[in-house]
Amino acid sequence: MKITVRLFATFRENREKESTIETAPGTKVEDVVRTFNIPPEDVAIIMINGRGKTLKDVLSEGDVLALFPPVGGG
Amino acid sequence: MMKFIRVDMTTLSSTTTDVPEKYAGLGGRALTSNFVNDEVKASCHPLGRNNKLIIAPGLLSGTSAPNSGRISVGAKSPLTGTIKESNSGGSSSQMLAKMGIKALVIEGMPKGDKFYIIKVAMDGVTIEEAPEKILNGCGNYDAIKILNEKYGDHVGMALAGPAGEYRMPSANISFKDPDGNMRSAGRGGLGAVLGSKKVKGIVIDPTGAGNVPIADPEAFQAASKVFAKALLDHPVAGQGLAAYGTDVLVNILNEAGGLPAHNFTAGRIDHNDNISGETMNATISERGGEGKVSHGCHKGCIIRCSQWYADKQGKYITSGFEYETIWGLGADAGIKSLDAIAYIDRAMDDVGVDSIETAVAVATAMEGGLIPWGDGEAVLKIVKGIAKGEPLSRIIAGGTAIVGKVCGLYRVPVVKDQGIPAYDPRAVKGIGLTYATTTMGADHTAGYCISGNILKVGADLDPLKKDGQIEYARAMQIGTAAVDSTGMCLFVYFGIADNPAGYQALIDMINAQYGISLTSADVDELGKSVLKVELEFNRKAGFTNLDDRLPEFMEYEPIAPHNVVWDFTPEEIDEVMKF
Ligand code: SF4
Repeated sequence: MKITVRLFATFRENREKESTIETAPGTKVEDVVRTFNIPPEDVAIIMINGRGKTLKDVLSEGDVLALFPPVGGG
Repeated sequence: MMKFIRVDMTTLSSTTTDVPEKYAGLGGRALTSNFVNDEVKASCHPLGRNNKLIIAPGLLSGTSAPNSGRISVGAKSPLTGTIKESNSGGSSSQMLAKMGIKALVIEGMPKGDKFYIIKVAMDGVTIEEAPEKILNGCGNYDAIKILNEKYGDHVGMALAGPAGEYRMPSANISFKDPDGNMRSAGRGGLGAVLGSKKVKGIVIDPTGAGNVPIADPEAFQAASKVFAKALLDHPVAGQGLAAYGTDVLVNILNEAGGLPAHNFTAGRIDHNDNISGETMNATISERGGEGKVSHGCHKGCIIRCSQWYADKQGKYITSGFEYETIWGLGADAGIKSLDAIAYIDRAMDDVGVDSIETAVAVATAMEGGLIPWGDGEAVLKIVKGIAKGEPLSRIIAGGTAIVGKVCGLYRVPVVKDQGIPAYDPRAVKGIGLTYATTTMGADHTAGYCISGNILKVGADLDPLKKDGQIEYARAMQIGTAAVDSTGMCLFVYFGIADNPAGYQALIDMINAQYGISLTSADVDELGKSVLKVELEFNRKAGFTNLDDRLPEFMEYEPIAPHNVVWDFTPEEIDEVMKF
């Protein structure tokens, strides 16, 4: 299945900010995170299709996964 | 003994006394809000002679505590008609605190058209006619230069820009920063109150000021170290804010579907990467020159969320280029160029208007057909026209509610006539409760529920669900009222929200400075007491729980991509302020 991965802030350093990848059904967020060589503990905010998720959540065909390091403002 | 200064603009005279006992233990917002509730006639016209303006450093201002140099300004707001506390960076807070000045009150109103400068120095207060050159449309950037020449580079300043002179409801008060640029007490039109009293500016000359007395210097140092470490160790406070500024939120809110766009008709945009914090960081770095990725708005800020944004030639355009401003112009009004937004930001600082209120008013005016959607050039011209008092400029500077009326719109994003900032309450429910119930009119800084809803700092709530939001919005507002009283920048919250030792260190610093022994429960009580006096003032001014409501369109216009509406019942909303 295909999913879209969007990276933000420091995760963009030396990585594409958006990519579409092919992955097996049952893939979890943390599997994708590892594919991008991002240490899972560095991920602070995870969204799938704009909804907050965790490293353990499973992805589905067509999902948009967004990964952020700890960032904030106000 | 700290001093309490009152300037009476009716008689052009001042008195300096010891601090009234009631106010001795207060600072920042706790002091300004208690004072306004005690002394300002709640039913007064905000621009009439019975309103009073109070400026107060926070409890820790002037000390070596990191990030403690915020200054609070209080009065009855010409924008909302409620009590108002607006705080700002700049150098004035630390200067006043070191001069032993607890608060400066400006009351009364002179006869005639002359504008004045109030000069505060160690040997007293003088009231002088403002130089002709800084009046009638002179921007803040030039005014600071002219006043620097007259009084010396070392002075601090609080200025009413042209918008303040014209008493526009969105006029801010600009505080000179250490580099001679400015930071603003933006929200609520306090610049108009200054202007109504014919005060063009306050000049603070700290020559001869000493150090703030500390009861237990060793304990203070120790606590200050723990506190600084808590800030620097936290990835957001220690690194994230410095690298990307607050504008990093564009992409987060866009992903979350809570970035209000096209006058609050959508929750997402496609041109997010034109205006994101990542792009701002890259642009500043690439252009070099005078640009700086991180910058502090006052000495002693170690988080440094501010920046200097430069043009293609590397020349300074603007600083303190905040997410809310960029959101308002970039997403809500659809201006797709960060440079265009930067020039408008500079112009807003220069004429002295709140960049949030103005940006939201601009987007509303676009819906109303007064300005073409996304037209940055047209907006720049209109904002500059505020300095000349041009009619359309005045309408925009009247604020979002007035623009909505003038354009015959129902989709007017305000609470208590103050423009709703940067986070859509339908898609981030907690912040909607803050907007609805804060004593200030729609204000994200009054209880920043984005933190636990979206950023996952301090709490973990589902932004589309009601669960836990009422308690969270209440707790955040109470905590914020306390922090706003310390002189601390609100962003210290990121460093201490999940770090009990860091939070304790903040309390320990206050205890060491004043030789007292507050507990965290006392700090909580302080926050509650501040909100209670503010609520009391608003009640006396005629506000009821029925004013604690979001604009009705949010109940029936779902926002994409999550297609959600605002669905808290009135009874649920009213629970927030029950404590
Ligand atoms: S973090 Fe930002 S707003 Fe806070 S004191 Fe520093 S520069 Fe000012």
